[in-house]
Amino acid sequence: MPATYPSPLAPRPPLVDSSAAPMTTDLSHLRPDFPILGREVNGKPLIYLDSAATTQKPEQVLAALDDYYRLHNANVHRGAYRLAEEATEMYEGARVKVAKFISAAVPEEVVFTRGTTSSLNAVAYGWGLYHLKAGDRIALTMMEHHANVVPWQLVARHTGAELVFLPLGTDYRIDVSDIDRIIDERVKIVAFSGMSNVLGTIGPLVEAVAAARRVGAIAVVDAAQLVPHTPTDVQAIGADFLAFSAHKMLGPTGIGALWGRRDRLEEMEPAEGGGEMIRDVFLDHATWAEVPHKFEAGTPPIAEAVGFGAAVDYLTAVGMDRIREHERELTRYALDRLATIPDLKVYGPNDTALRGGAVSFTLADIHPHDLATILDQSGVAVRAGHHCAKPLMRHLDVPATARASFYLYNIPAEVDVLIEALHEARRLFGVA
Amino acid sequence: MSLDELYRQVILDHYRNPRRSGRLESPTAHADGTNPLCGDEISLDLAVRDGKVTEAAVTGRGCSISQASASMMADRIVGKTLTEVEDLIHRVKRLLDIEEGDAGLDPERPGAALGDLESLAGVRRFPVRVKCADLPWATLQQALADGTAT
Repeated sequence: MPATYPSPLAPRPPLVDSSAAPMTTDLSHLRPDFPILGREVNGKPLIYLDSAATTQKPEQVLAALDDYYRLHNANVHRGAYRLAEEATEMYEGARVKVAKFISAAVPEEVVFTRGTTSSLNAVAYGWGLYHLKAGDRIALTMMEHHANVVPWQLVARHTGAELVFLPLGTDYRIDVSDIDRIIDERVKIVAFSGMSNVLGTIGPLVEAVAAARRVGAIAVVDAAQLVPHTPTDVQAIGADFLAFSAHKMLGPTGIGALWGRRDRLEEMEPAEGGGEMIRDVFLDHATWAEVPHKFEAGTPPIAEAVGFGAAVDYLTAVGMDRIREHERELTRYALDRLATIPDLKVYGPNDTALRGGAVSFTLADIHPHDLATILDQSGVAVRAGHHCAKPLMRHLDVPATARASFYLYNIPAEVDVLIEALHEARRLFGVA
Repeated sequence: MSLDELYRQVILDHYRNPRRSGRLESPTAHADGTNPLCGDEISLDLAVRDGKVTEAAVTGRGCSISQASASMMADRIVGKTLTEVEDLIHRVKRLLDIEEGDAGLDPERPGAALGDLESLAGVRRFPVRVKCADLPWATLQQALADGTAT
Protein backbone atom coordinates (compact mmCIF):
# COMPACT_ATOMS: atom_id res chain seq x y z
CA MET A 1 0.00 0.00 0.00
CA PRO A 2 1.70 3.21 -1.12
CA ALA A 3 1.70 5.87 1.56
CA THR A 4 0.56 9.33 0.56
CA TYR A 5 1.76 12.44 2.28
CA PRO A 6 -0.10 15.74 2.46
CA SER A 7 1.81 18.91 1.71
CA PRO A 8 3.84 19.15 4.87
CA LEU A 9 4.87 22.76 4.83
CA ALA A 10 1.69 24.41 6.01
CA PRO A 11 2.70 27.77 7.44
CA ARG A 12 2.26 27.99 11.16
CA PRO A 13 3.39 30.23 13.96
CA PRO A 14 6.58 29.12 15.64
CA LEU A 15 6.34 27.31 18.95
CA VAL A 16 6.56 29.74 21.78
CA ASP A 17 9.26 28.80 24.20
CA SER A 18 8.09 27.67 27.60
CA SER A 19 8.36 30.38 30.19
CA ALA A 20 8.46 27.59 32.79
CA ALA A 21 12.00 26.80 31.70
CA PRO A 22 14.00 29.90 30.92
CA MET A 23 17.13 28.79 29.13
CA THR A 24 20.30 30.68 29.82
CA THR A 25 21.62 29.33 26.54
CA ASP A 26 18.67 30.11 24.30
CA LEU A 27 19.26 28.99 20.73
CA SER A 28 15.62 29.22 19.61
CA HIS A 29 16.55 31.98 17.16
CA LEU A 30 18.21 29.28 15.05
CA ARG A 31 14.97 27.38 14.43
CA PRO A 32 14.00 29.30 11.27
CA ASP A 33 17.24 28.01 9.71
CA PHE A 34 15.71 24.50 9.69
CA PRO A 35 12.92 24.40 7.11
CA ILE A 36 11.63 20.98 8.19
CA LEU A 37 10.77 22.32 11.64
CA GLY A 38 8.02 24.29 9.91
CA ARG A 39 6.12 21.23 8.79
CA GLU A 40 3.27 19.41 10.40
CA VAL A 41 2.84 15.74 11.27
CA ASN A 42 -0.61 14.31 11.83
CA GLY A 43 -1.96 17.85 11.95
CA LYS A 44 0.47 18.89 14.67
CA PRO A 45 3.73 20.83 14.50
CA LEU A 46 6.63 18.44 14.04
CA ILE A 47 8.56 17.93 17.25
CA TYR A 48 11.71 16.19 16.19
CA LEU A 49 13.34 14.33 19.07
CA ASP A 50 15.41 11.81 17.13
CA SER A 51 18.63 13.68 16.47
CA ALA A 52 20.70 10.81 17.85
CA ALA A 53 19.54 8.88 14.77
CA THR A 54 19.99 11.73 12.34
CA THR A 55 19.76 15.49 12.59
CA GLN A 56 17.79 17.97 10.54
CA LYS A 57 19.62 20.21 8.09
CA PRO A 58 19.82 24.01 8.08
CA GLU A 59 19.32 26.12 4.95
CA GLN A 60 23.06 26.81 4.93
CA VAL A 61 23.87 23.12 4.38
CA LEU A 62 21.10 22.66 1.81
CA ALA A 63 22.35 25.76 -0.03
CA ALA A 64 25.92 24.46 -0.06
CA LEU A 65 24.80 21.19 -1.66
CA ASP A 66 22.66 23.03 -4.17
CA ASP A 67 25.39 25.52 -5.01
CA TYR A 68 27.92 22.77 -5.52
CA TYR A 69 25.72 20.84 -7.96
CA ARG A 70 24.51 23.96 -9.79
CA LEU A 71 27.83 25.71 -10.22
CA HIS A 72 30.85 23.56 -9.47
CA ASN A 73 30.06 19.89 -10.12
CA ALA A 74 32.98 17.89 -11.55
CA ASN A 75 35.00 14.89 -10.48
CA VAL A 76 37.84 15.68 -8.12
CA HIS A 77 41.62 15.41 -8.27
CA ARG A 78 42.52 14.56 -11.86
CA GLY A 79 40.78 17.14 -14.01
CA ALA A 80 42.91 19.78 -15.68
CA TYR A 81 40.04 22.17 -16.13
CA ARG A 82 38.52 24.91 -14.06
CA LEU A 83 35.45 23.07 -12.76
CA ALA A 84 37.49 20.10 -11.62
CA GLU A 85 39.84 22.46 -9.83
CA GLU A 86 36.94 24.14 -8.07
CA ALA A 87 35.39 20.83 -7.07
CA THR A 88 38.74 19.61 -5.77
CA GLU A 89 39.28 22.81 -3.80
CA MET A 90 35.82 22.54 -2.28
CA TYR A 91 36.32 18.87 -1.40
CA GLU A 92 39.73 19.41 0.14
CA GLY A 93 38.50 22.63 1.73
CA ALA A 94 35.85 20.60 3.55
CA ARG A 95 38.61 18.34 4.86
CA VAL A 96 40.42 21.36 6.29
CA LYS A 97 37.21 22.54 8.00
CA VAL A 98 36.48 19.14 9.52
CA ALA A 99 40.09 18.77 10.67
CA LYS A 100 40.01 22.18 12.36
CA PHE A 101 36.67 21.37 13.97
CA ILE A 102 38.22 18.48 15.92
CA SER A 103 41.66 20.13 16.32
CA ALA A 104 43.45 17.58 14.12
CA ALA A 105 47.18 18.30 13.71
CA VAL A 106 46.92 18.41 9.91
CA PRO A 107 44.04 18.02 7.43
CA GLU A 108 45.63 14.81 6.11
CA GLU A 109 44.65 13.13 9.37
CA VAL A 110 41.00 13.29 8.28
CA VAL A 111 39.81 10.50 5.97
CA PHE A 112 36.39 10.91 4.42
CA THR A 113 34.29 7.76 4.72
CA ARG A 114 30.64 6.87 4.32
CA GLY A 115 30.06 7.45 8.01
CA THR A 116 30.96 6.18 11.46
CA THR A 117 30.22 2.56 10.56
CA SER A 118 32.53 2.61 7.58
CA SER A 119 35.18 4.51 9.58
CA LEU A 120 35.20 1.81 12.27
CA ASN A 121 35.26 -0.93 9.63
CA ALA A 122 38.20 0.81 7.97
CA VAL A 123 40.18 0.57 11.22
CA ALA A 124 39.07 -3.01 11.88
CA TYR A 125 39.98 -4.20 8.38
CA GLY A 126 42.86 -1.81 7.70
CA TRP A 127 44.63 -1.95 11.06
CA GLY A 128 43.11 -4.80 13.09
CA LEU A 129 43.35 -7.43 10.39
CA TYR A 130 47.08 -6.72 9.90
CA HIS A 131 48.10 -6.31 13.53
CA LEU A 132 46.05 -8.89 15.44
CA LYS A 133 47.00 -12.51 15.97
CA ALA A 134 45.47 -15.47 17.78
CA GLY A 135 45.27 -14.84 21.51
CA ASP A 136 45.27 -11.06 21.16
CA ARG A 137 42.36 -9.18 22.63
CA ILE A 138 40.09 -6.35 21.59
CA ALA A 139 38.53 -4.48 24.50
CA LEU A 140 35.09 -2.92 24.02
CA THR A 141 32.47 -1.70 26.49
CA MET A 142 29.00 -2.98 27.32
CA MET A 143 27.35 0.11 25.82
CA GLU A 144 28.61 -0.12 22.25
CA HIS A 145 26.55 0.43 19.13
CA HIS A 146 26.59 -2.60 16.80
CA ALA A 147 28.89 -0.54 14.53
CA ASN A 148 31.56 -0.82 17.21
CA VAL A 149 30.93 -4.49 17.96
CA VAL A 150 30.32 -6.39 14.75
CA PRO A 151 33.39 -5.17 12.77
CA TRP A 152 35.58 -6.36 15.65
CA GLN A 153 33.78 -9.70 15.78
CA LEU A 154 34.43 -10.13 12.06
CA VAL A 155 38.10 -9.26 12.40
CA ALA A 156 38.42 -11.46 15.50
CA ARG A 157 37.07 -14.35 13.44
CA HIS A 158 39.76 -13.79 10.82
CA THR A 159 42.63 -13.38 13.27
CA GLY A 160 41.71 -15.56 16.24
CA ALA A 161 41.63 -12.53 18.54
CA GLU A 162 39.11 -12.41 21.38
CA LEU A 163 36.71 -9.72 22.55
CA VAL A 164 36.55 -8.53 26.15
CA PHE A 165 34.14 -6.00 27.57
CA LEU A 166 34.38 -3.27 30.18
CA PRO A 167 31.23 -3.70 32.29
CA LEU A 168 28.44 -1.24 32.90
CA GLY A 169 28.23 0.09 36.46
CA THR A 170 25.03 0.54 38.41
CA ASP A 171 24.99 4.24 37.55
CA TYR A 172 24.78 3.55 33.79
CA ARG A 173 28.44 4.50 33.41
CA ILE A 174 31.24 2.23 32.31
CA ASP A 175 32.77 0.71 35.42
CA VAL A 176 36.50 1.42 35.15
CA SER A 177 37.40 0.15 38.64
CA ASP A 178 38.81 -3.04 37.12
CA ILE A 179 40.12 -1.53 33.90
CA ASP A 180 43.78 -2.38 34.56
CA ARG A 181 42.92 -6.05 34.96
CA ILE A 182 40.68 -6.20 31.87
CA ILE A 183 42.98 -4.18 29.63
CA ASP A 184 46.15 -6.22 30.03
CA GLU A 185 49.12 -6.90 27.75
CA ARG A 186 47.02 -9.15 25.51
CA VAL A 187 44.80 -6.24 24.52
CA LYS A 188 45.88 -4.64 21.24
CA ILE A 189 42.82 -2.51 20.52
CA VAL A 190 40.59 -0.57 22.91
CA ALA A 191 37.48 0.60 21.05
CA PHE A 192 34.76 2.43 22.91
CA SER A 193 31.86 4.82 22.57
CA GLY A 194 32.55 8.47 23.32
CA MET A 195 28.87 8.91 24.15
CA SER A 196 26.23 6.20 24.26
CA ASN A 197 23.41 6.52 21.75
CA VAL A 198 21.14 4.68 24.22
CA LEU A 199 22.09 5.88 27.70
CA GLY A 200 23.53 9.25 26.77
CA THR A 201 26.49 8.34 28.99
CA ILE A 202 29.81 9.92 28.12
CA GLY A 203 32.40 7.18 27.64
CA PRO A 204 35.52 6.61 29.76
CA LEU A 205 37.65 8.76 27.47
CA VAL A 206 40.47 9.45 29.91
CA GLU A 207 40.60 6.02 31.57
CA ALA A 208 40.29 3.95 28.39
CA VAL A 209 42.90 5.95 26.48
CA ALA A 210 45.28 5.77 29.47
CA ALA A 211 44.74 2.02 29.82
CA ALA A 212 45.41 1.53 26.11
CA ARG A 213 48.61 3.58 26.36
CA ARG A 214 49.79 1.58 29.35
CA VAL A 215 49.69 -1.73 27.45
CA GLY A 216 50.66 -0.35 24.03
CA ALA A 217 47.21 -0.89 22.51
CA ILE A 218 45.58 1.54 20.11
CA ALA A 219 42.55 3.52 21.29
CA VAL A 220 39.60 3.90 18.92
CA VAL A 221 36.72 6.22 19.77
CA ASP A 222 33.25 5.80 18.30
CA ALA A 223 32.47 9.50 18.42
CA ALA A 224 29.22 9.42 16.41
CA GLN A 225 27.34 10.96 19.35
CA LEU A 226 30.27 12.85 20.84
CA VAL A 227 31.53 15.13 18.08
CA PRO A 228 28.08 16.57 17.22
CA HIS A 229 27.30 17.47 20.82
CA THR A 230 30.48 18.49 22.62
CA PRO A 231 33.61 20.44 21.75
CA THR A 232 36.03 17.74 20.59
CA ASP A 233 39.81 18.06 20.62
CA VAL A 234 41.47 14.91 19.30
CA GLN A 235 44.86 16.06 20.60
CA ALA A 236 43.48 16.38 24.12
CA ILE A 237 41.68 13.03 23.96
CA GLY A 238 44.89 11.40 22.84
CA ALA A 239 43.34 8.40 21.09
CA ASP A 240 44.66 6.89 17.84
CA PHE A 241 41.44 6.88 15.84
CA LEU A 242 38.13 8.70 16.15
CA ALA A 243 35.08 8.07 13.97
CA PHE A 244 32.00 10.22 13.33
CA SER A 245 29.23 10.94 10.82
CA ALA A 246 28.16 14.15 9.09
CA HIS A 247 24.45 13.42 9.18
CA LYS A 248 24.37 13.43 12.96
CA MET A 249 25.81 16.96 12.99
CA LEU A 250 23.58 18.84 10.52
CA GLY A 251 25.37 17.49 7.44
CA PRO A 252 24.26 15.17 4.64
CA THR A 253 23.94 11.40 4.86
CA GLY A 254 26.53 9.23 3.11
CA ILE A 255 29.63 10.89 4.49
CA GLY A 256 31.59 10.78 7.70
CA ALA A 257 35.14 10.96 8.86
CA LEU A 258 37.85 8.84 10.31
CA TRP A 259 40.43 10.87 12.13
CA GLY A 260 43.66 9.00 12.72
CA ARG A 261 47.04 9.98 14.09
CA ARG A 262 49.32 10.41 11.10
CA ASP A 263 51.65 7.53 12.04
CA ARG A 264 48.71 5.19 12.63
CA LEU A 265 47.21 6.06 9.26
CA GLU A 266 50.59 5.41 7.66
CA GLU A 267 50.74 1.90 9.12
CA MET A 268 47.10 1.18 8.23
CA GLU A 269 46.25 -0.68 5.02
CA PRO A 270 43.38 0.39 2.77
CA ALA A 271 40.25 -1.74 3.24
CA GLU A 272 39.06 -0.84 -0.25
CA GLY A 273 40.98 -0.67 -3.49
CA GLY A 274 40.17 1.16 -6.70
CA GLY A 275 40.65 4.47 -8.41
CA GLU A 276 41.85 7.57 -6.56
CA MET A 277 43.69 5.57 -3.88
CA ILE A 278 46.72 4.41 -5.90
CA ARG A 279 50.14 5.77 -6.73
CA ASP A 280 50.77 3.24 -9.47
CA VAL A 281 49.15 0.02 -10.65
CA PHE A 282 50.86 -2.93 -12.31
CA LEU A 283 49.37 -6.20 -13.45
CA ASP A 284 50.22 -7.99 -10.24
CA HIS A 285 50.38 -5.26 -7.63
CA ALA A 286 49.81 -1.62 -6.86
CA THR A 287 51.26 1.08 -4.65
CA TRP A 288 49.21 3.46 -2.58
CA ALA A 289 48.62 7.15 -2.74
CA GLU A 290 49.56 9.29 0.26
CA VAL A 291 47.42 9.45 3.40
CA PRO A 292 44.48 10.21 3.40
CA HIS A 293 43.83 9.46 -0.27
CA LYS A 294 44.91 5.83 -0.02
CA PHE A 295 41.74 5.26 2.02
CA GLU A 296 39.40 7.05 -0.37
CA ALA A 297 38.88 4.59 -3.23
CA GLY A 298 36.56 5.59 -6.03
CA THR A 299 34.80 8.88 -6.63
CA PRO A 300 34.19 10.27 -3.15
CA PRO A 301 30.92 11.84 -1.96
CA ILE A 302 31.95 15.31 -3.12
CA ALA A 303 28.74 17.25 -2.64
CA GLU A 304 28.32 15.56 0.72
CA ALA A 305 31.79 16.65 1.77
CA VAL A 306 30.92 20.22 0.80
CA GLY A 307 27.73 19.91 2.85
CA PHE A 308 29.74 18.44 5.74
CA GLY A 309 32.01 21.49 5.60
CA ALA A 310 28.98 23.81 5.65
CA ALA A 311 27.59 21.94 8.67
CA VAL A 312 30.88 22.37 10.49
CA ASP A 313 30.84 26.09 9.63
CA TYR A 314 27.34 26.36 11.05
CA LEU A 315 28.21 24.56 14.29
CA THR A 316 31.38 26.60 14.67
CA ALA A 317 29.47 29.86 14.22
CA VAL A 318 27.00 28.85 16.94
CA GLY A 319 29.81 27.57 19.14
CA MET A 320 30.16 24.01 20.39
CA ASP A 321 30.42 25.21 24.00
CA ARG A 322 27.04 26.90 23.70
CA ILE A 323 25.54 23.84 22.02
CA ARG A 324 26.79 21.61 24.82
CA GLU A 325 25.47 24.04 27.44
CA HIS A 326 22.10 24.28 25.69
CA GLU A 327 21.77 20.49 25.55
CA ARG A 328 22.72 20.13 29.19
CA GLU A 329 20.01 22.58 30.18
CA LEU A 330 17.40 21.01 27.94
CA THR A 331 18.31 17.50 29.09
CA ARG A 332 18.08 18.64 32.72
CA TYR A 333 14.62 20.04 32.02
CA ALA A 334 13.54 16.83 30.23
CA LEU A 335 14.88 14.54 32.97
CA ASP A 336 13.13 16.58 35.67
CA ARG A 337 9.82 16.55 33.83
CA LEU A 338 10.07 12.85 32.96
CA ALA A 339 10.64 12.15 36.65
CA THR A 340 7.14 13.49 37.37
CA ILE A 341 5.47 10.79 35.26
CA PRO A 342 4.51 7.75 37.34
CA ASP A 343 5.86 4.36 36.17
CA LEU A 344 8.38 6.00 33.85
CA LYS A 345 11.92 4.70 34.06
CA VAL A 346 14.90 6.50 32.53
CA TYR A 347 17.95 4.45 31.52
CA GLY A 348 20.95 6.70 31.91
CA PRO A 349 22.78 8.99 34.35
CA ASN A 350 20.83 11.79 35.98
CA ASP A 351 23.82 14.11 36.18
CA THR A 352 24.01 16.10 32.93
CA ALA A 353 27.76 16.57 33.40
CA LEU A 354 28.10 12.83 32.72
CA ARG A 355 25.79 12.59 29.77
CA GLY A 356 24.49 13.95 26.50
CA GLY A 357 20.97 14.54 25.28
CA ALA A 358 19.88 11.02 24.29
CA VAL A 359 17.28 9.98 26.89
CA SER A 360 16.02 6.40 26.86
CA PHE A 361 12.98 5.42 28.85
CA THR A 362 10.16 2.96 29.30
CA LEU A 363 6.66 3.70 30.62
CA ALA A 364 4.80 1.08 32.67
CA ASP A 365 3.97 -1.97 30.53
CA ILE A 366 3.51 0.09 27.37
CA HIS A 367 5.81 -1.25 24.69
CA PRO A 368 8.13 1.43 23.25
CA HIS A 369 6.70 0.89 19.76
CA ASP A 370 3.25 1.63 21.07
CA LEU A 371 4.67 4.72 22.78
CA ALA A 372 6.26 5.89 19.53
CA THR A 373 2.97 5.50 17.68
CA ILE A 374 1.10 7.42 20.38
CA LEU A 375 3.69 10.21 20.49
CA ASP A 376 3.66 10.45 16.69
CA GLN A 377 -0.01 11.38 16.86
CA SER A 378 1.09 14.45 18.81
CA GLY A 379 3.70 15.22 16.17
CA VAL A 380 6.49 13.96 18.42
CA ALA A 381 9.15 11.87 16.65
CA VAL A 382 11.05 9.56 19.01
CA ARG A 383 12.84 6.31 18.30
CA ALA A 384 11.75 3.00 19.77
CA GLY A 385 13.61 -0.27 19.67
CA HIS A 386 17.00 -1.69 20.53
CA HIS A 387 18.90 1.30 19.06
CA CYS A 388 21.45 -1.04 17.44
CA ALA A 389 22.76 -1.95 20.88
CA LYS A 390 21.35 -5.40 21.58
CA PRO A 391 24.10 -6.52 24.00
CA LEU A 392 23.35 -3.42 26.10
CA MET A 393 19.59 -4.00 25.94
CA ARG A 394 20.09 -7.59 27.06
CA HIS A 395 22.24 -6.35 29.92
CA LEU A 396 19.55 -3.85 30.93
CA ASP A 397 17.01 -6.67 30.55
CA VAL A 398 14.66 -4.65 28.35
CA PRO A 399 13.70 -5.71 24.82
CA ALA A 400 13.42 -2.10 23.75
CA THR A 401 13.28 1.47 24.99
CA ALA A 402 11.81 4.68 23.68
CA ARG A 403 14.42 7.38 23.16
CA ALA A 404 14.07 11.13 22.92
CA SER A 405 17.22 12.90 21.80
CA PHE A 406 17.92 16.59 21.53
CA TYR A 407 19.96 18.97 19.47
CA LEU A 408 20.58 22.68 19.22
CA TYR A 409 17.19 23.36 17.60
CA ASN A 410 15.08 21.77 20.34
CA ILE A 411 13.35 23.90 22.96
CA PRO A 412 11.64 23.26 26.32
CA ALA A 413 8.18 23.75 24.80
CA GLU A 414 8.82 20.60 22.78
CA VAL A 415 9.63 18.68 25.94
CA ASP A 416 6.30 19.89 27.32
CA VAL A 417 4.46 18.36 24.36
CA LEU A 418 6.38 15.11 24.86
CA ILE A 419 5.33 15.03 28.51
CA GLU A 420 1.67 15.68 27.65
CA ALA A 421 1.75 12.91 25.05
CA LEU A 422 3.21 10.49 27.60
CA HIS A 423 0.29 11.26 29.91
CA GLU A 424 -2.01 10.54 26.98
CA ALA A 425 -0.27 7.19 26.54
CA ARG A 426 -0.95 6.33 30.17
CA ARG A 427 -4.61 7.19 29.69
CA LEU A 428 -4.94 5.13 26.48
CA PHE A 429 -3.37 2.10 28.10
CA GLY A 430 -5.36 2.56 31.27
CA VAL A 431 -2.25 2.68 33.44
CA ALA A 432 -3.58 3.46 36.88
CA MET B 1 -6.87 8.85 12.74
CA SER B 2 -7.73 8.00 16.28
CA LEU B 3 -5.52 6.30 18.80
CA ASP B 4 -8.63 5.01 20.57
CA GLU B 5 -9.42 3.08 17.41
CA LEU B 6 -5.98 1.48 17.45
CA TYR B 7 -5.71 0.74 21.15
CA ARG B 8 -9.13 -0.70 21.73
CA GLN B 9 -9.95 -2.22 25.08
CA VAL B 10 -10.07 -5.70 23.60
CA ILE B 11 -6.53 -5.32 22.23
CA LEU B 12 -5.19 -4.14 25.56
CA ASP B 13 -7.00 -7.03 27.26
CA HIS B 14 -5.34 -9.60 24.98
CA TYR B 15 -1.98 -7.83 25.42
CA ARG B 16 -2.15 -7.99 29.20
CA ASN B 17 -3.91 -11.36 29.45
CA PRO B 18 -2.70 -13.37 26.49
CA ARG B 19 -4.84 -16.46 25.73
CA ARG B 20 -3.28 -19.86 25.13
CA SER B 21 0.04 -18.59 26.38
CA GLY B 22 2.84 -21.14 26.73
CA ARG B 23 4.12 -24.24 24.95
CA LEU B 24 2.54 -27.52 23.90
CA GLU B 25 4.00 -30.77 25.15
CA SER B 26 3.88 -32.47 21.76
CA PRO B 27 3.25 -30.01 18.98
CA THR B 28 2.92 -31.31 15.44
CA ALA B 29 3.93 -27.97 13.98
CA HIS B 30 6.00 -25.10 15.22
CA ALA B 31 7.35 -21.78 13.95
CA ASP B 32 9.23 -18.80 15.32
CA GLY B 33 8.50 -15.40 13.87
CA THR B 34 10.59 -12.32 14.46
CA ASN B 35 10.60 -8.85 13.14
CA PRO B 36 14.30 -7.95 13.28
CA LEU B 37 13.57 -4.26 12.75
CA CYS B 38 11.49 -3.83 15.87
CA GLY B 39 12.42 -6.99 17.77
CA ASP B 40 8.90 -8.42 18.10
CA GLU B 41 8.97 -12.18 18.67
CA ILE B 42 6.33 -14.89 18.38
CA SER B 43 6.83 -18.58 19.03
CA LEU B 44 3.90 -20.75 17.98
CA ASP B 45 3.14 -24.40 18.77
CA LEU B 46 0.30 -26.19 16.98
CA ALA B 47 -1.25 -29.60 17.31
CA VAL B 48 -2.94 -30.60 14.07
CA ARG B 49 -4.93 -33.82 14.00
CA ASP B 50 -7.15 -35.11 11.19
CA GLY B 51 -6.93 -31.84 9.32
CA LYS B 52 -7.96 -29.83 12.36
CA VAL B 53 -6.09 -27.55 14.73
CA THR B 54 -6.70 -29.17 18.11
CA GLU B 55 -4.30 -27.12 20.22
CA ALA B 56 -2.34 -23.89 19.93
CA ALA B 57 0.09 -22.17 22.27
CA VAL B 58 2.01 -18.93 21.90
CA THR B 59 4.91 -17.27 23.64
CA GLY B 60 6.45 -14.02 22.58
CA ARG B 61 7.29 -10.49 23.39
CA GLY B 62 6.75 -7.26 21.63
CA CYS B 63 4.27 -4.46 21.22
CA SER B 64 0.60 -4.64 22.17
CA ILE B 65 -0.50 -5.04 18.56
CA SER B 66 1.73 -8.04 17.80
CA GLN B 67 1.06 -9.80 21.09
CA ALA B 68 -2.69 -9.14 21.07
CA SER B 69 -2.91 -10.32 17.49
CA ALA B 70 -1.12 -13.53 18.48
CA SER B 71 -3.41 -14.09 21.44
CA MET B 72 -6.54 -13.56 19.37
CA MET B 73 -5.20 -15.78 16.63
CA ALA B 74 -4.39 -18.67 18.97
CA ASP B 75 -7.81 -18.42 20.51
CA ARG B 76 -9.55 -18.32 17.17
CA ILE B 77 -7.88 -21.17 15.29
CA VAL B 78 -8.35 -23.97 17.81
CA GLY B 79 -11.10 -26.28 16.60
CA LYS B 80 -10.89 -25.01 13.04
CA THR B 81 -10.09 -27.15 10.00
CA LEU B 82 -6.96 -26.28 8.04
CA THR B 83 -9.16 -24.96 5.25
CA GLU B 84 -10.97 -22.73 7.69
CA VAL B 85 -7.67 -21.53 9.15
CA GLU B 86 -6.36 -20.80 5.67
CA ASP B 87 -9.50 -18.79 4.94
CA LEU B 88 -9.16 -16.94 8.26
CA ILE B 89 -5.54 -15.98 7.51
CA HIS B 90 -6.59 -14.35 4.26
CA ARG B 91 -9.53 -12.57 5.83
CA VAL B 92 -7.27 -11.09 8.48
CA LYS B 93 -4.77 -10.02 5.84
CA ARG B 94 -7.61 -8.35 3.95
CA LEU B 95 -8.71 -6.71 7.19
CA LEU B 96 -5.18 -5.33 7.56
CA ASP B 97 -5.06 -4.22 3.92
CA ILE B 98 -2.14 -6.56 3.25
CA GLU B 99 -4.25 -8.41 0.70
CA GLU B 100 -6.87 -6.80 -1.47
CA GLY B 101 -10.51 -7.65 -1.08
CA ASP B 102 -13.34 -7.88 1.39
CA ALA B 103 -12.52 -9.21 4.84
CA GLY B 104 -16.06 -10.53 5.03
CA LEU B 105 -17.20 -8.39 7.91
CA ASP B 106 -20.94 -8.18 8.42
CA PRO B 107 -21.87 -4.52 8.96
CA GLU B 108 -25.23 -5.61 10.39
CA ARG B 109 -23.65 -7.80 13.03
CA PRO B 110 -20.37 -6.26 14.14
CA GLY B 111 -18.10 -8.79 15.77
CA ALA B 112 -19.97 -11.76 14.38
CA ALA B 113 -17.56 -12.48 11.55
CA LEU B 114 -14.12 -12.31 13.10
CA GLY B 115 -14.90 -11.70 16.75
CA ASP B 116 -12.14 -10.03 18.72
CA LEU B 117 -10.00 -9.98 15.60
CA GLU B 118 -12.17 -7.20 14.19
CA SER B 119 -10.48 -4.91 16.70
CA LEU B 120 -7.40 -5.12 14.47
CA ALA B 121 -9.24 -3.12 11.80
CA GLY B 122 -7.86 0.11 13.29
CA VAL B 123 -4.30 -0.98 12.59
CA ARG B 124 -4.65 -0.46 8.83
CA ARG B 125 -4.68 3.28 9.40
CA PHE B 126 -1.20 3.03 10.93
CA PRO B 127 0.77 1.53 8.03
CA VAL B 128 4.03 1.10 9.96
CA ARG B 129 2.20 -1.01 12.53
CA VAL B 130 0.55 -3.41 10.06
CA LYS B 131 3.61 -5.66 10.17
CA CYS B 132 3.16 -5.97 13.95
CA ALA B 133 -0.40 -7.26 13.56
CA ASP B 134 0.65 -9.55 10.73
CA LEU B 135 3.62 -11.19 12.47
CA PRO B 136 1.60 -13.96 14.22
CA TRP B 137 -0.27 -14.75 11.02
CA ALA B 138 2.90 -14.98 8.98
CA THR B 139 4.26 -17.24 11.71
CA LEU B 140 1.12 -19.35 11.54
CA GLN B 141 1.52 -19.74 7.77
CA GLN B 142 5.09 -20.84 8.33
CA ALA B 143 4.08 -23.35 11.02
CA LEU B 144 1.41 -24.82 8.77
CA ALA B 145 3.80 -25.07 5.83
CA ASP B 146 6.42 -26.80 7.99
CA GLY B 147 3.84 -29.03 9.66
CA THR B 148 2.48 -30.21 6.34
CA ALA B 149 5.96 -30.94 5.08
CA THR B 150 6.85 -33.26 7.94
